[in-house]
Amino acid sequence: MIDVLGLRKVYRDRGREVTAVERVDLHVREGEIFGVLGQSGAGKSTLLRCVNLLERPTEGTVTVAGQELTALGEAQLRRARQRIGMVHQHFALLSSRTVAGNVAFPLEVMGTGRAERARRVTELLELVGLADKAKAHPAQLSGGQKQRVGIARALAGNPAVLLSDEATSALDPGTTQSILALLKRLNQELGLTILLITHEMNVVKSICDSAAIMRDGRIEESGTIPELLAKPGSRLAAELFPLPPAEPGDITITFTGQADEPVVSQVARTFDVDINILGGALEKVAGLSAGRLRLRLSGTQRAAALTHLAERGLLVEESR
Amino acid sequence: MTWDEMAPLLWENTWQTAQMVLWSTLFTALLGLPLGVALIVTDRGGLFPSWTLNRVLALVVNIGRSLPFIILMIAVIPFTRMIVGTTIGTAATVVPLTLGAAPFFARLVETSLREVGADKVQAAHAMGASRTTIIGKVLLPEAMPGLVAGLTVTVVALISYSAMAGAIGGGGLGDLAIRYGYQRFETTLMVITVVVLVVIVQLVQTLGDTVARRLQRG
Repeated sequence: MIDVLGLRKVYRDRGREVTAVERVDLHVREGEIFGVLGQSGAGKSTLLRCVNLLERPTEGTVTVAGQELTALGEAQLRRARQRIGMVHQHFALLSSRTVAGNVAFPLEVMGTGRAERARRVTELLELVGLADKAKAHPAQLSGGQKQRVGIARALAGNPAVLLSDEATSALDPGTTQSILALLKRLNQELGLTILLITHEMNVVKSICDSAAIMRDGRIEESGTIPELLAKPGSRLAAELFPLPPAEPGDITITFTGQADEPVVSQVARTFDVDINILGGALEKVAGLSAGRLRLRLSGTQRAAALTHLAERGLLVEESR
Repeated sequence: MTWDEMAPLLWENTWQTAQMVLWSTLFTALLGLPLGVALIVTDRGGLFPSWTLNRVLALVVNIGRSLPFIILMIAVIPFTRMIVGTTIGTAATVVPLTLGAAPFFARLVETSLREVGADKVQAAHAMGASRTTIIGKVLLPEAMPGLVAGLTVTVVALISYSAMAGAIGGGGLGDLAIRYGYQRFETTLMVITVVVLVVIVQLVQTLGDTVARRLQRG
């Protein structure tokens, strides 16, 4: 649905060159929620703004819903953007307009007729649960309500794709969860493809099907959540399940979906090894139970025990 | 002077002041608003960036603002004659008043527009809005409270300028105060004139503040 190929973005400022995004490839499949995780300054915001060409990439191509945006002229690009929704960190609502007026704005841009506009606005406000606030002004709303208006506005053009620029970063934890739940619902009910950027692991954990980790303008790892967790040395796994520092010889096992089986006690019994659990974390990620355990194993059949764990489909990593 | 002598004079000159100020406010708004918009959109990172045009406009505005009004009034006499056909009378004052106030208002417009959040402009771009739509539906409406406040300040400045414009035969309250109050030692008339001016300024400011507050929605 979204294909970014060889994207580079270089800013020139008084003769100095700053590379914000360095050769990034990104593939977001139809109907998935894809999260780009990174610290501020990692280039994720620039990357997102390159997807609807708010920033023109220095190099590379961007294709959204089969249309190569980087090849379009200004008028065509404007029309293409009407089919790409965007949600902003600080909501970016117009304070001179009511809630209904804000949601109607993109429809006015598209040239939708007055009656159709009114019908659509009512429908969209109902979708985000704000039907009773149509006549309110943004200043009278809470942060969570403002972002709901932002989401309703982003959906006005029936977009196939929604871009979310830190949509929950300005919200408190409870409100964040309700906005994330709304995004997930829209993803499922409307088949909406969502590309979001965030610095909060919680966002990725709660709603993303796939993720990429970005650092210094590059993508460090990218894939579906189970793929990333199953990858040795995964930064996503390390950040999702923080464990105490390891000593040489310590074993870290990562499991996705096998949380129900009593693997540790079975291994201890079968191979006659002593197992000391140093730390562990279990989370529900992308709809499946996943977790990591840090173990210290001792016994004569230690090597056989590790092989057995790997054969059970667990990712086994030994610290050096 | 008796009240019966003063009343028609006061009435006539207040009316002249009102005419000068109203007409020059209209033309100031018509000239200053596009000029202020142009200053913003041609700036670096603006909607229609053009460094050269921006510098030229800024220079024109700065020249207009640095000339003392009394000098400007005399300097534009040939231009006034070309437009109005005469250089004396109330109508003739509208030209220098407009030329004096428009650059001032343009800067106030520029400041108000600059305060509209960049994220709102970006959001409109993301919706596929054209640059003219962004000016008409985002920048101007969002800046409206500031624009009204700026226009109020401009009208008050015009009232003060219009008193000077009396010096070139424009009439009005300033002219009345000089000719009767100062030159003929009619202190009572002078005081009444000043009071009328203060009341007018108060009314304009209160009206402007009220409108700006009603437009302000946080």
